[in-house]
Amino acid sequence: MRRRLDRHNDLLRSLFAFALVCVVFMGRVGTVFGDPDGVTSIFRPLAQPAQEIKETSLLVLVICAVIFLIMFGLLVYSLIRFRHRPGDEASEPPQIYGSNQIEMAWTVLPILIVFVLILVTSRTIADIQNRKASPGALQATVTGHQWWWEIRYPELGIVTANELHVPASDQSRRRPTFLKLQSADVAHSFWVPQLAGKTDLIPNRENRMWIDPTQPGTYLGNCAEYCGTQHARMLIRVIVHPPVEFERWVTEQRRPAAEEPTALEGRRVFFRNSCVNCHTIRGTSAQGAFGPDLTHLMSRQTLASGAGLNTTETLRAWVRDPQRLKIGCLMPNMQMTDTEVDQIVSYLQTLK
Amino acid sequence: MATQEIALPGLKQPGISSIDRLHGLVVTVDHKKLGLMYVGTAIGFLVVAGLMALAIRLQLAVPNNTFLEPDVFNRFFTMHGTSMVFLVGMALVSGFGNYLVPLMIGARDMAFPRLNAFGYWMYIFGGLLLYFSYLGAPGLAGHGSAPDVGWFAYAPLTGRAFSRGHSTDYWILSLLLTSVGSTVSAINVIATAVSLRCKGMTLMRMPLLVWLMIVVNFMILLALPALSAAQIMLLVDRYLGGHFFDTQAGGSAVVWQHFFWLFGHPEVYILIIPAFACVSEIVPVFSRKPIFGYPVMVGATVMIGLISTSVWAHHMFSVGMASVGNIFFAISTFTVAVPTGIKIFNWLGTMYGGRIRFDLPMLFCIAFLFQFLIAGLTGMMLGVAPFNWQLTDSYFVVAHFHYTLVGGFLFGIFAGIYYWYPKAVGRLLDRRLGLLHFWLFTIGFHVTFDTMHFPGLLGMPRRIFTYDAGRGWETLNLITSIGALLQAVAVLCLAINLVRSWKKGEEAGNDPWDAWTLEWATTSPPPEYNFASAPVVRSRRPLWDLKHPEDPDWKYE
Repeated sequence: MRRRLDRHNDLLRSLFAFALVCVVFMGRVGTVFGDPDGVTSIFRPLAQPAQEIKETSLLVLVICAVIFLIMFGLLVYSLIRFRHRPGDEASEPPQIYGSNQIEMAWTVLPILIVFVLILVTSRTIADIQNRKASPGALQATVTGHQWWWEIRYPELGIVTANELHVPASDQSRRRPTFLKLQSADVAHSFWVPQLAGKTDLIPNRENRMWIDPTQPGTYLGNCAEYCGTQHARMLIRVIVHPPVEFERWVTEQRRPAAEEPTALEGRRVFFRNSCVNCHTIRGTSAQGAFGPDLTHLMSRQTLASGAGLNTTETLRAWVRDPQRLKIGCLMPNMQMTDTEVDQIVSYLQTLK
Repeated sequence: MATQEIALPGLKQPGISSIDRLHGLVVTVDHKKLGLMYVGTAIGFLVVAGLMALAIRLQLAVPNNTFLEPDVFNRFFTMHGTSMVFLVGMALVSGFGNYLVPLMIGARDMAFPRLNAFGYWMYIFGGLLLYFSYLGAPGLAGHGSAPDVGWFAYAPLTGRAFSRGHSTDYWILSLLLTSVGSTVSAINVIATAVSLRCKGMTLMRMPLLVWLMIVVNFMILLALPALSAAQIMLLVDRYLGGHFFDTQAGGSAVVWQHFFWLFGHPEVYILIIPAFACVSEIVPVFSRKPIFGYPVMVGATVMIGLISTSVWAHHMFSVGMASVGNIFFAISTFTVAVPTGIKIFNWLGTMYGGRIRFDLPMLFCIAFLFQFLIAGLTGMMLGVAPFNWQLTDSYFVVAHFHYTLVGGFLFGIFAGIYYWYPKAVGRLLDRRLGLLHFWLFTIGFHVTFDTMHFPGLLGMPRRIFTYDAGRGWETLNLITSIGALLQAVAVLCLAINLVRSWKKGEEAGNDPWDAWTLEWATTSPPPEYNFASAPVVRSRRPLWDLKHPEDPDWKYE
């Protein structure tokens, strides 16, 4: 008998300790969510449709939290109130087989909740998915590759990679960006949590999504569909410019590649090797389409789809042996000498 | 109704050599031995696939870790997922069905004992073939050629252009073998439950576990062909020049996803319903009350089975379906919450007004109820398609389905193991080790999977072998990994307990829990023929009727 009593005390004490740990832990999590720098929380949206998704999500979260608290309370109450007590061995409790009225009640209540959820969900889906491009909207095509993003602006004649530049909307002039999503090889998924939910890039299929950011800044995201070895190193950045700055960026990107006399040797090495088979440098004979367009390589923040920041050291390491920086990537080690690597790097650095 | 041991030449005789015992296992057609072999093999694969999960968590514990190379990591998560679903989950379903269904309906064996043995051997050879991929083909030359396409194997990553060598072939062929095993086992369980029930056991007097096993096995028969068909199409693509999923020749990558989830979603219900089955047997016994609303529980399970075949594309909200499609699958997903909710309410109704004994099986059931409640609620969130666009393929989803499959399925199965181990072995599992297992596993589970929701909300995608610091993921991932270690220690406790109690556990007797279903009427362990004389039942709780002749169930049913 005593053993049983101890058992219950142990149970309650453990539950209490567990609750305490939970509270401490939630506090810790709270600080992460409150941290404004770099954290790409879906609950800190800075654009449509992420904002609208957040509002729907919060409503759902509240509904779920209420259901949870009620059920949790009932469970805990039943466990404590109807626990086995010393002396209970002698007899069994009343045998209740069920009740149609009660069953009816707890069938109808969930149906009502489900009905509310259906309405909310359908409205948000229709609102986001059926948005038509306004005449002033920017159009861009994002093509997924193993393991980088090709970005084209068909109306502007710009081709770039891994970093999507878009203008910010303001209240007076909304300028959303409509993305056409496709893939050159396997399935990928475009996810920048603070801007919008995911949409997959699937070969032999064309998907669409839109973003309408209002705050300039750099937004981080990932490929969110498993696409092979370097799925982890397929990062995307969306850079939102104030409208004027965006026009300046467009002008710069439309220029052909720079021709600096200082880097002639590197240019020669680049064109002598098979770099040109995969990479395009506009205005030259390099017209490969398998790898990223390098015309304005130096205007990008990162290299190798976010595998490293665009610094001289990273660029050098990348040209020397891409397989060290990003194991399994499709750019081979070109087996170049140190001098050749230096020359190519100094040429690439003129591609501003 | 108690049976006496009849002297028969069996494996229990003293002085039998281990080689004879092994031979006995290989040639056996006894449903109990096969059931235990299923469960034992599943626990073996659980340990292997669990160690892979541990390696995955070590890799992700800190940013930019180099513990595992990308390809090794990708193979680990593929093998972890594939093993846990097909070699652990499905085998536990077959094992529990095999062991318990004949005993609970008062039968002497399954309807097709040899088919039963065939199913087991197909399963284990399929599993071994999957793991042979680490050695086979050019495997020994590098890190092994195990599949690295994910357990979902999305096209066209599995095409020959992107998956060279034979890793994907191993994945296809081994799963085709285990699917044959699961299919014959499903046919067998259904046939047994339909045709071998003892006298007096009408359909509505079957223990709830048997009902749920019938539903599950029908679902297996409905769902598995979709996977097998898709896998055969994939083989045709790979070797016979087909273009079903070959996007470069006009095939469709999305069709693979439809096929896969047409199998894959019912599959998660196939796994969770046996856990429901265990809980539905254990909660009444330890609350000392009959299950609340038996016919409603049966109906709700059948509804879950039916609805689950129409929700598959909620795994595909981000593939760019039209808004009408997204709305349809959101609605069907919410609909499944209704019968699931009814089940939770009924378990609650069973406990309400009872006298709840906190023995080990019940502790696992209680944890199951809390955890399955949360898993169900996060499931509802995922059904809200716009929310899903943010959550899908993030760590939130990983946390959600581990909540279902570990917090739900595995806790239910653990409850079942603690509950029926005395029946199968004749000895109780050690209570202290069991409590250690329970608390370590429960705390480890919550440390890991509660925490894991948050990186997903902060934008961390699934299946990445590493990540950079600075996006708020580091601390959360470290905590998640620590919890994984706790769970590993807990599983070790279970393993030690299972082995130690086999010989040294406290004698259980025929009916250690004072339970009510037929399996407790025979000896522990039951003789090969289960019941010396065929039992006759008059209600859902034949042993209650025996123990309480003054207040039998059959008066009220």
